[in-house]
Amino acid sequence: MTLRDVPLPDVAGPDVPVPRPPAWARLLPAGSYAGRASALVLRSVTASRRAWLAFVSGFFEPVFYLVAMGQGLGALVGPLPGPDGQPIPYAAFIAPGLLAAAAMNGAVFDSTFNVFFKLKYNRLYDAVLATPLGPVDIALGEIGWALLRGALYALGFLAVMGGFGLLLSPWALLALPAALVVAFGFAAVGMAATTYMRSWQDFDLVTLAILPMFLFATTFYPLSVYPRWLQLLVEAMPLFHAVELMRGLTTGAVHLGMLGHLSYFLVMIVVGLVVAARRLDILLLK
Amino acid sequence: MGDGLVQARDLRKSFGEFEAVRGIDVDVARGEVFGFLGPNGAGKSSTMRMIACVSPRSGGTLQVLGMDPDVDGPRIRARIGVVPQLDNLDQELTVRENLQVYGRYFGLPRARVREKAVELMQFAQLADRADAPVEPLSGGMKRRLTIARSLVNDPELLLLDEPTTGLDPQARHLLWERLYRLKREGVTQIVTTHYMDEAEQLCDRLVVMDGGVIAAEGSPAELIARYSTREVLELRFPPDVAAPVELMTRLAERVEVLPDRLLLYTADGEHLQGELARNGVRPQSALVRRSSLEDVFLRLTGRSLVD
Repeated sequence: MTLRDVPLPDVAGPDVPVPRPPAWARLLPAGSYAGRASALVLRSVTASRRAWLAFVSGFFEPVFYLVAMGQGLGALVGPLPGPDGQPIPYAAFIAPGLLAAAAMNGAVFDSTFNVFFKLKYNRLYDAVLATPLGPVDIALGEIGWALLRGALYALGFLAVMGGFGLLLSPWALLALPAALVVAFGFAAVGMAATTYMRSWQDFDLVTLAILPMFLFATTFYPLSVYPRWLQLLVEAMPLFHAVELMRGLTTGAVHLGMLGHLSYFLVMIVVGLVVAARRLDILLLK
Repeated sequence: MGDGLVQARDLRKSFGEFEAVRGIDVDVARGEVFGFLGPNGAGKSSTMRMIACVSPRSGGTLQVLGMDPDVDGPRIRARIGVVPQLDNLDQELTVRENLQVYGRYFGLPRARVREKAVELMQFAQLADRADAPVEPLSGGMKRRLTIARSLVNDPELLLLDEPTTGLDPQARHLLWERLYRLKREGVTQIVTTHYMDEAEQLCDRLVVMDGGVIAAEGSPAELIARYSTREVLELRFPPDVAAPVELMTRLAERVEVLPDRLLLYTADGEHLQGELARNGVRPQSALVRRSSLEDVFLRLTGRSLVD
């Protein structure tokens, strides 16, 4: 059996045309986008079929927090004022915070540790760049995968919240797309940051950024516990805006100001994507 | 050069102050196997990366498949296959998945990549390892899989960077046989190597590269005829005996003094050996062999290829 039993046609090559890049991609170096980021997402899906355990742990982590803090600690704390001032059970207060944090953690983990490994050790992207795919496809594909994973976690956690009776309003349906936007923002910035990482030591900085946000960005108690100057600091954190968004939606305290929180993430998405694609171009296409 | 698959004029590549490729002209015709022969650091890999459209050129012009890599990178890459110097197989995937997923990067439909993967695993003699992970495969197997992967899009042009470096002789011969088969099927190949036997085995035509420039160009036989003699007499002397270099220079066409041996270039090695014996020269060992590209390289650069 030979590679090809039939003689080669005059011009071989795949009969699949490479699409012209869209106008916005021309902001980036020529040839950096083939419009085929989905192929890389597909690769991640194939690779993670055997690593399903990571999904299980990613799902249970926020659930454990919800049970321990919400049910356990909540019995001692009692109700707290919700976003609109109405008292809500402690579990209903922290659940949207945990949802936001889960979206953040999943996205950051995928776009930093996993991407760094593929960039430096697996040389995955070197192989990918030998195909029509360019740095923009890589950035979009990897962020898309982080997003997909974030969506699965968010969906699972929302279902748990529903089961515990913590979805207090039909607006909660919008928490899923909102979680996607949040995950997208964190994944884009995470990936951009990863392109600057030199060694695994630099990842301590990631932990240093993520952990304080998780603990202090109003996940577990309201902003009013802080003095004003600390409030300003917390309000600058991206997770704070994610928590505000989620808490408003799951409790039904929806207002126009939430568009402001949303735009925080839109900026993160655009800046993260552009920086990540440009940096990949510099790193990989020497 | 109407039908040239690759055409470079005064092609240059610098990394900061360092100029890796310093103005080379290259023409590769359809169907041929073209080689870049040179030591490590000669600029071979930099040239290959520019042709593969993953490294923008610093100067000169370059056309691959009639297109400019700076403008049409994705379009060119869609029609070429690349075997990098270091295997970069996807370690999170199996043998089969490596081929299938790679095919998807080229936009091939699912059914087509499935079929293609089976065909390529047979070509690479890996059919019995289809669903095994990549990591435990031997060096030769990984190399064959990398080559199989580079064929997933039926490339018109195959770029092989040091295809057999680090492989044992058996694995090398198997690989050469596969590459020869591809050549017969009409796949144009560009090969870099620092092994002269590999260049002689594989290449129809090659350039000798050194220090970022092309030192000579031709078929292996042409280069040997042009830059060397038909035969070489290799002599070794005991460390405490001074070799009569002056006498040798008179009898041979050319003499190269290497740290461990002397190379005497001549049309007839046996005859020269006899003449030296008549003049009382008693080497520790003597060997007559045909000239090779190694000798061409030595002549052109004054250095050995592999040191």
